[in-house]
Amino acid sequence: MLIQQIGNGVFLGAVYALFACGYALVFGVLDILNLAHAAIYMSAAFIALALAGAGVPLLLAIVLAIIAAGLLGILLDRVAFAPLRRRNAGTLAPLISSIGVAIMIQGIARAFFGSDDQPFPSGTFATAQLQIGSLRLGVVDVTVLGVAIAMMLALSSVLRFTSLGRSIRAVAADRIAAALLGIDVERTIALTFFIASALGGAAGVLIGLEFNSVSVDMGARIELKGLAIIVLGGMGSVTGAVVGALLLGCVETLSVAYISSGYRDAISFGVMFLVLVLRPTGLFGRRSLRAA
Amino acid sequence: MSAVPRLAVDGISVHYGGVHALRDVSFHIAAGEVLGLIGPNGAGKTTLINAVTGIAHLSEGGVSLDGRRLDGLPAHRVARAGISRTYQNIRLFPALTVEENIRAGAFSRRGAIREHELQALLERTAIAPTELPHVASSRSYGTQRRIEIARALAAEPRLLVLDEPAAGMNAQETAHLRGLIASVAREGASVLLVEHDMALVNAACDRVVVLNFGTVIAHGIPTAIARDPAVIEAYLGTSGAA
Amino acid sequence: MLAFFAQYSKLVDQAGINALLALSLSLSLRAGHLALAQAAFMGIAAYVGSIGAVDLHWTLLESTFAGALAAGIAAAILALPVARLRGIFLAIATIGFGEIARVVEINAPITDGAEGFSDIPNDAGTLAIYAALLATVAALFLLGRSKWALAIAATREDENAARGCGIDVGLVRTTTLVSGAVIAGVAGVLYAHANFFITPGDFGFPRMEQILVYCVIGGVTSSTGAVMGAAVMTALPETIRFLHDYREVTTGALLLAIIILAPGGLAQLWRRHA
Repeated sequence: MLIQQIGNGVFLGAVYALFACGYALVFGVLDILNLAHAAIYMSAAFIALALAGAGVPLLLAIVLAIIAAGLLGILLDRVAFAPLRRRNAGTLAPLISSIGVAIMIQGIARAFFGSDDQPFPSGTFATAQLQIGSLRLGVVDVTVLGVAIAMMLALSSVLRFTSLGRSIRAVAADRIAAALLGIDVERTIALTFFIASALGGAAGVLIGLEFNSVSVDMGARIELKGLAIIVLGGMGSVTGAVVGALLLGCVETLSVAYISSGYRDAISFGVMFLVLVLRPTGLFGRRSLRAA
Repeated sequence: MSAVPRLAVDGISVHYGGVHALRDVSFHIAAGEVLGLIGPNGAGKTTLINAVTGIAHLSEGGVSLDGRRLDGLPAHRVARAGISRTYQNIRLFPALTVEENIRAGAFSRRGAIREHELQALLERTAIAPTELPHVASSRSYGTQRRIEIARALAAEPRLLVLDEPAAGMNAQETAHLRGLIASVAREGASVLLVEHDMALVNAACDRVVVLNFGTVIAHGIPTAIARDPAVIEAYLGTSGAA
Repeated sequence: MLAFFAQYSKLVDQAGINALLALSLSLSLRAGHLALAQAAFMGIAAYVGSIGAVDLHWTLLESTFAGALAAGIAAAILALPVARLRGIFLAIATIGFGEIARVVEINAPITDGAEGFSDIPNDAGTLAIYAALLATVAALFLLGRSKWALAIAATREDENAARGCGIDVGLVRTTTLVSGAVIAGVAGVLYAHANFFITPGDFGFPRMEQILVYCVIGGVTSSTGAVMGAAVMTALPETIRFLHDYREVTTGALLLAIIILAPGGLAQLWRRHA
């Protein structure tokens, strides 16, 4: 039983990790808390839902939805953040413009799909189950875990081994110096948003599949959790986001199973609060307290 | 010589991480005296100012103003005790008006600035009254430097700390600054002047303290300092104006 | 005239409450602190006031006083651990505080949980709301003419330079947080009595975002801006009703447009015209 719970925790954590990586990436590179991330997460789920409903094979629908999320991320940057960068607008402005875009995306989704929870059309995925020891896995679970792991490995490889990864890390460290070194900063930022939003979108699609439910409000549920995760893991750190997410996924699942479910959310925010007060850099963060 | 110096810095050390920014630094400033603080870049001058004004935490030693211990006090209390400063990279309140910037200096003293006191400050620092309603960040560099000094003077400090005030000033502005420093000292306030402009230091300061690698390597009147071999070595042969 | 008022009185009341909320946030924002706990303070006060009104039969005045006090105390306590946090870290910590408060409200037995607390006496009319608003505006106006206003503005511009001028930055932070909380508390109790039904969800992050939007659209650094922003955003859904399903999109687009084109908000646009 415990193994099953931990297994569930790991699955949940893996998807949280995808979402949190996107958050962490944007914050690490631009110092922006992108509150439209959850809206893109939600959009991808709907795109996958619509494609599946139109008869597109599931795996292809997932891939297309993830790519669409990435493109949405690039658009988000063009519209909401790039103009503010040109102006040196400070911390509050990008936060607000991301809220504006989030509201717009939610409005569009609600106009097209209504406010109800919507399941994937029946027959979208097989219902076969695997048994490994005392662990029972559905095909969906395996898909979810597989996609999550694949994307995180891809992210890690890109950041570590490619020139794009180097550019991203350079821009994150010092935007001006990176420009002086000849890095195309705007292009790097656009690609960062593509990756971050693709990750967030993937999380949305996978959560939608895992629980077989997509709704306009699903973003709100994960948004603040993602915040708690990146604080715990260290705000600019992708590794931290993964570790934090797995921890949170397991803690949540185990506490729901073994303690009362009511205070579950309070645990993650309580931990987050403590981290901010005692060790604001989190587990892996490399940034010290920002000056006002 | 009065018994209690205006500023007494006794054996202060500042270290963080493994870095010793300041090591056993001691000097006094008498009331109405102008003390110059010079040294190569990285010598610890700014750390020393931060230690005196309560921004940097002292690992050892003490700082006293007119006999009253200041170390351990938060920065705003040190300001209210009578120390005002300007900053190496100008730190005005950019979106506030020139007048608001200057009036902000008055938090360190009892009572607000009266109109005639404001006019007197403007005259002293050669700021035209027409500047007052304008946003500070829109003013010229030289004017901004003078606004910062006016803000510090608005506090009627017992010790005025100037961190490279002549940077970017032309000869005329520097001459005016020299006169301003002299008039402040005449009124009984002490001045701690950190500068690279050696001509200004020689002309304005009664004594000079030279810092290198966090310790005092020389201490005396300007002409003696200029000939001190340790000082010359520290600057690697440069002894003229910066 | 009376018919107009009857039809729109609910909206007018809402606008008044939202204006109070916006004003409460504007204090912290004017000090440069992104302290996003207004919704939480509103909720704490709403519950304290409502529980008192229902279980202890407090009058509106008593529950408002108690609620505002509770909010103020919560803020004073919150101020301690967040004293050294800045910028986005402060924002996140205060959001976290809000979530903790919301979860406590859901789970504490005294609050009737997620289904909501009901049967609150419906005795907070337009008069009470606007009396509170007027008092708050007057108080802030007096503040604007005092030395405090300069201390708050200097803290926002450059904290270290403000300290160098003798300004107790920590005190500025705490006072703006606590005063803002008290105002939000008053708004919370009035909200509860005006709607006679509250749930913890009323005081969560979506509400906080809304309040932030009022301040940004109106103009972050002035009381006039806060009130304007609240008024416009409260009235907006009604005025664009004809857009049906596209109201939400329009609201988001307006927010985006303002922050990019007129970051000083409506107050800035107003000043440009005047």
